[in-house]
Amino acid sequence: MKLQLIGVNHKTAPVEVRESLAIPEWRLEEATRRLLEHPGVEECFVLSTCNRVEFTTSSEDGVDLRAFLGEYLAANGSAMEKHLYEYEDTHAVRHLFRVSASLDSMIVGEPQILGQVKQSYAIARAVGAVQSNLDTLLTRALSVGKRVRTETAIGSSAVSIASVAVELAKKIFGSLHGRNVYLVGAGKMSELAARHLRSHGAAAIFVANRTFERAVQMAAKVGGSAIPFERLYETADQADIVISSTGAPHAIFRREHGELFMQRRKNRPMFFIDIAVPRDVDQQIMQVDGIFVYDIDDLQQVVKSNASGREREAERAELLIEEEVIRYQRRLQSLDAVPAIIALQEHVEGIRQAEVERLRHRMGGFTLEQQAAIENLTRGLVKKILHPSITALKNASGGDQLTAMSELLHKLFGLELFASNGPNGKGNPEALSSMSPSEAERDQSSDPDNCASELAQKTNAGR
Amino acid sequence: MSLFWLRVAAGLYGISMVYGLIALLRRREILSRATLPIAAIALNLHFVALVEAFRSGSMASMPLHESESLLAFLMMFLFVAVYYLWGTTSPGIVVLPTAFLLTLSAALAQSAPRFASPLIRSGWIYTHVVLILAGYSALFFSLVASFLYLLHERSLKNKKLNGFAGKLPALETIDDIGYRLLLIGFPFMTLGLIAGSIIAQAQFGTAFMHDPKVVLSLLVWAVYIVLIYTRWSAGWRGRRAAVLAGIACVAALSAWAANYVSGMHRFIAR
Repeated sequence: MKLQLIGVNHKTAPVEVRESLAIPEWRLEEATRRLLEHPGVEECFVLSTCNRVEFTTSSEDGVDLRAFLGEYLAANGSAMEKHLYEYEDTHAVRHLFRVSASLDSMIVGEPQILGQVKQSYAIARAVGAVQSNLDTLLTRALSVGKRVRTETAIGSSAVSIASVAVELAKKIFGSLHGRNVYLVGAGKMSELAARHLRSHGAAAIFVANRTFERAVQMAAKVGGSAIPFERLYETADQADIVISSTGAPHAIFRREHGELFMQRRKNRPMFFIDIAVPRDVDQQIMQVDGIFVYDIDDLQQVVKSNASGREREAERAELLIEEEVIRYQRRLQSLDAVPAIIALQEHVEGIRQAEVERLRHRMGGFTLEQQAAIENLTRGLVKKILHPSITALKNASGGDQLTAMSELLHKLFGLELFASNGPNGKGNPEALSSMSPSEAERDQSSDPDNCASELAQKTNAGR
Repeated sequence: MSLFWLRVAAGLYGISMVYGLIALLRRREILSRATLPIAAIALNLHFVALVEAFRSGSMASMPLHESESLLAFLMMFLFVAVYYLWGTTSPGIVVLPTAFLLTLSAALAQSAPRFASPLIRSGWIYTHVVLILAGYSALFFSLVASFLYLLHERSLKNKKLNGFAGKLPALETIDDIGYRLLLIGFPFMTLGLIAGSIIAQAQFGTAFMHDPKVVLSLLVWAVYIVLIYTRWSAGWRGRRAAVLAGIACVAALSAWAANYVSGMHRFIAR
C-alpha cells in the first residue's frame, strides 16, 4: 500500500492560490468522487479549509497526484507547482496527525480544524472513498487531534488583544452575560474588543466620544447607544467594562473618579481596558479596591505569555504526535504479521486435529467426557506453545525483522509459506509500503488482504 | 464501629486532600477529578460514623471530639455542595486540610469523656449543637471565600495571571459563594442560639448570660450580622469582608474552645 498526500497551505501558498484551489463544502463530495475515479486510486480523502487544500490517496503502487490536480483544475497546473507539497507514507501520516492536532494551523491550537477533518472524513466515507486503510488512518488522526487537545494546553489561552480582554473580563466577572460595556473614544481597536465582548454575552454598549457624531456612528456599528462626552462621569459607573481609547493628552479616569464609581456601584468590580497612548487611565486608580486596569502593554504582555505558553505546549504536542506515528506504524506492522500468524495457527491446528483423529481411531472412539478432556488438553497445549511466537510476530518491527522471523518459523515449523519473502521485505523499515504482505504470501495464503482489513475494521469498531 | 468508620473517613479525607493539593500545583485537572469522589465517599462514611455515635449515646455528651467530627462533616458537606452549585473545588485548599485535621483529631480520640447529666439527653441539645456548627461552617467558608477573593484580586491587580490564582473561579463567582453561604448560615446560627438559650433558660435561669461561651457566641452572631449588612448595603467584599469574617471566625473558634472555661457547657451542676 502506498499513502500519498499533496496540497497547499497557508505557509506554502498565498491566499490567491489557495482561493483558486479551495473546494467549497458543497463540492467536496464531487471532488472526492473525481479523485476516487483517478487511475490507480483505491481510497482517497479531500480536505479543504481556508488555510489548506489537501488530497490524500491510498493506492497499490502510487498515483500521479499532480496529474490529477492539473486535470481537476483544468489549467494553470504549472503556476501551482511551486506551492505544492507532497508527503508519502510515514511522512503523510505525520502530516495528517499534525493537521488534525492543529499544529499545522495558522493559529496553532485553533479548535476548528478537528471538526473540518471530521466533516471531510464523513463525506469521503459516505462516498465510499474511505475504506480499510484510510479509515484506520483518519480515525486515528481524529483521536490524535483529540488527545493533543485534552493532554496539552495548546488551545486554552487567548492570543489576540481582543480575546485577551475577554479572557480577563471573564476572570473578573465570570460570565459576561448582562455586563455593560462603555467605549470611551471611537477607535477601530475598541470596536473590535466591543464586538468580541458582545459575542461573549455582554449586554448594553455605551459609546462616548469628544465629537458626538463619531459616537453615534460607532454606536450604530456596534449596536449600542451614544452618550454625550460631558455625561461621561455621570454614566460611567453603569459600565462593568470600560474600554478607553481617546487621544486625550491627560488621564481621563483618575483616582477620585474610581472612588466615586465604586461608591455608586456598591463596590462591584470595574474593569478598565486602556488602549490609548498616552494612557487614559491614571495608575493611581489601581489603589481603589475593586478596580482593575490593563493598559495596552499589559494586554500585549498577556498575549505574549499566552503565545509562548502555546509554543511550549506545541512542543509537547509534537512529541505526542511522534509517539502516535510510531504507534500507528506498529499497528500496521502487526496487521502485516496477520497472514503469517494465521498460517502458523492453521498449520499447528491441522497437526492437532490429525493427532486427535488418529487417537480416536486407535481407541475406537471417545466418550463425550474423554472428547472434551482431550480437546481441552490439546488446545491448551497448542495455545501455550504458540503464544510466544505469535507475540514475537506481532511485535516484529519493520519488514526486515518480519522477514527474519518468517524465515525462522519456516525452519522451525517447516512451513512452506514462509519459504520466499519477496524483495519488499528488505525495504526501508521507515516506509509503510514495506509493510504490506509480499506477492508470494498473497498467492499462497488465504486472501490475507481481506483478513487484514477485517482486523482493521474490527479494531475500528472497537474504538 | 463509629470510631472505625470515622478513622476510615479521616484516611479518605487525607487522600482527597493530597489529591486536591497536588491538583492545585499542576496544570492539568486529572488529579482533581479524584478529589471529589473520594471526598464524597468519605463524607458518607463520616455520616455513618456520626449516626452510629448518636445511636450509641456517646454523642449525647457532645464532647469536644464529637463536635470536631460534626464540624468537619458539615464543612465537607458544604465543600461538596459548593462544587455542585458553582463547579469549583478551590475552597478545598483551606477546607480539605481543616476538615482532615478535625476528623483526624476526632478519630484518634481514644475514649470520649462522658457527662452524666440528664439534661443533655434531651433532643434540644442536638438541635442546638448541629445548628450552631452549621452556622460556623458557613462562616468559615465565607472566610475562605474572602481569602481567595483577596488572593485573586491581588493577582489580577499585579497582572500575575498564572500560578494558583489563575485556577481560581472568577472574582464575582467567589464573592457570590461567600455571600450566599453567609445568608444560608445565618438562620442556622440564629436558631442554634435560640435553642441554646431555651435550654439554658430552663436549666440555669437568666444566669447563663454571663457564661463566657455565651458571650462569645453572641459576639460571633453580632459580627455575622455586620458582615451580611455591610455586604448587602455597601457591597463590602475582598479585604474588608475578609477582616470581618476573620474576626467572626476567631470569635467562633474561641467560643468553641471555650468549653474549657464555660462551666455551663461542661454541665457542671450548680
